[in-house]
Amino acid sequence: MQQELPGTDPIELTYREAVRAALRDALARDKRVFLMGEDVGRYGGCYAVSHGLLAEFGPERIRDTPLSESGFTGAGIGAAMAGMRPIVELMTVNFSLLALDQILNSAATVRHMSGNQFGVPLVIRMATGAGRQLAAQHSHSLEGWYAHIPGIKVLAPATLEDARGMLWTALQEPDPVLIFENVMLYNISGKLPRDAGAVSIDKAVVRRWGSDVSLITYGGSLWKTLEAATALAAEGIEAEVVDLRSLRPLDDVTIMASVGKTRHAVVVDEGWRSGSLAAEIGMRIIEQAFWSLDAPIGRVCSEEVPIPYPRHLENAALPQAPKIVTAAKAALGRA
Amino acid sequence: MPSLGADMETGTLVEWLVKPGDFVKRGDIVAVVETQKGAIEIEVYQPGQIVQFLVDLHSKVPVGTPLALIRTEGEAKAAAPPPLAAAAAPMPAPPVIPQPAAAVMPPPARPPVPLPAAAGVAARKAASPAARRLAEERGIDLSAIAGSGPGGAITSTDVERHLAAAAPPAEAKRPLGLDLAAMRVAIAAAMARSKRDIPHYYLQHQIDVTPCEHWLAARNATLPPDGRLLIGALALKAVAVAIARFPAFNGFYRDNKFEPSAAVHVGVAIAIRGGGLTAPALHDADKLSLDDLMSGMRDLVQRTRAGRMRSSEMTDPTITVSSLGERGVEALYGIIYPPQVAIVGFGKVVTRPWVVDGAIEPRSVVTITLAGDHRVTDGHAGALFLAEIGKLLQEPEKL
Repeated sequence: MQQELPGTDPIELTYREAVRAALRDALARDKRVFLMGEDVGRYGGCYAVSHGLLAEFGPERIRDTPLSESGFTGAGIGAAMAGMRPIVELMTVNFSLLALDQILNSAATVRHMSGNQFGVPLVIRMATGAGRQLAAQHSHSLEGWYAHIPGIKVLAPATLEDARGMLWTALQEPDPVLIFENVMLYNISGKLPRDAGAVSIDKAVVRRWGSDVSLITYGGSLWKTLEAATALAAEGIEAEVVDLRSLRPLDDVTIMASVGKTRHAVVVDEGWRSGSLAAEIGMRIIEQAFWSLDAPIGRVCSEEVPIPYPRHLENAALPQAPKIVTAAKAALGRA
Repeated sequence: MPSLGADMETGTLVEWLVKPGDFVKRGDIVAVVETQKGAIEIEVYQPGQIVQFLVDLHSKVPVGTPLALIRTEGEAKAAAPPPLAAAAAPMPAPPVIPQPAAAVMPPPARPPVPLPAAAGVAARKAASPAARRLAEERGIDLSAIAGSGPGGAITSTDVERHLAAAAPPAEAKRPLGLDLAAMRVAIAAAMARSKRDIPHYYLQHQIDVTPCEHWLAARNATLPPDGRLLIGALALKAVAVAIARFPAFNGFYRDNKFEPSAAVHVGVAIAIRGGGLTAPALHDADKLSLDDLMSGMRDLVQRTRAGRMRSSEMTDPTITVSSLGERGVEALYGIIYPPQVAIVGFGKVVTRPWVVDGAIEPRSVVTITLAGDHRVTDGHAGALFLAEIGKLLQEPEKL
């Protein structure tokens, strides 16, 4: 097990390791924190995020659960109401639907229903997204659905820094926070200061500055969007890339500041187009920045099909850099 | 290299458990691969004969990379050497497909949203919201501009380009008379600047103007209407005389310093019907006789309302006096007209119980106010200045 040494010198690590470091940090700092989910203990996590934590923290705090998302999410809610700070891992968003009743009807409403007598300081982590050839039942991107629900916060860490830093901040929240980790990000690697720590969870961040068009995105699509921005730059188009980071609440101020500057907006969202988070963002831009717009708002979403299994069809169904480039140029009136 | 977990991207081949020429059947363990989760034994799903290893030991390869060539029974019987395509990897791994850039069919550009064209009506020129707003602000006709945006729509960039290309607009002919809209813009700018830049302080002082009224009544009794003095003339004169003794209220504040003025040009605030306000100067008011002052005021009001002010009158005032007159209120707190540094306000004359020589009498009382620029003067000086005006008005015959 890697020892965390003090210091700011950067270390090379993967997104997976950054999430693991965040979990270890939270478990070490707060005795009320425990991790619970399917295969998080002995197996080390479906995506190997919690690998090694059982040996380090023991079965009381790294708890393997039965295959019963509704049951253990409900247990997490109860533990949170009773004073613990549980981290529930729902293996993927696909399985979270079995816990939707607990999340929507209990976690998000208990503070309201109890007249503020109880809160649910619970963090639920789950993997999301397609791109790994897991076919139509295991490739959903439903974070936009969760962002519809008042009473919870929804985060989408796209960078190592956010993977490392959002968890602790989320654990300080008095109400439930859902953290969506895109499956395509676990293997990305880069450098992070050894003492990297908590980050804000309420602000969008401009990941690339540009003057011509705002590309608004989050999570797994961030890297495709940055790739598109690089391609656009080669054609003389300077795209600004906004990483939403928080899907609920949305940071309207940062979005409108960018759109107000570039006067063109394209939203990139791995969810299906109809009723998507991209639709919500587009509407907010219309409500708040209509008079700043120079073109209709563009969207790059997943095609409205069950996500196909064959790799070439799966790739074709998802937002990809060439589609983002095309949409950005269309917004600028360039073929 | 089989996928041994949804997130596995690569694996390292660490051991072969078969050798070329061996026959394998479904379920045989043929190799060991090192992954994130440790060493994992690889089973084969395709019976046949190992023909060739395609990956070196200890090399790390992406998921989907063929590790070895297996000749199936059918192929072994065939005379021709097996074509590569027919060979199967140890597990029916998906073929390696070029990465997204090539694999993704570049989507056809979405056709630009068709621009709505109203049937039977001349098609409206498509322009973006930002272009429309800019054109309206700058008073530009969009029909004169070519669009470069999606579907040929006019964008704000097109409007900016048009603005840059257009010749500087000819000086608009100034209409004779008063342009109230322009005046309102000027008032807005001056007052906003004043409230932004000038730290105002306010003082008020009530004075008994009964002596003025008595003196005016006696003086005006024998004069025709156009020769009569109004109390406003006394007030103006009192301010002009007082300010000559308090020069810190008379002048301009410019470039972070106060420039006192030797001459006393009192700006007279004049309300204009239809909504407007201006304060042209009565030049050298401190030196004018009361009669000259009165006729000067009459002339100024008349010409102002006709829109015939002189430029010097507009730029010269060194202090402003504002009076709301009979229809006004008891006190007004003015906003200094920059770059001046003071404004004196006169409320309307009201009858109030007043103590004169130990007895209460009804007297005519007026409230005078001062708004002063605290960068130049302090309240103490302002109080002395106001008191001086009050004192002067007790002896109108000396004005």
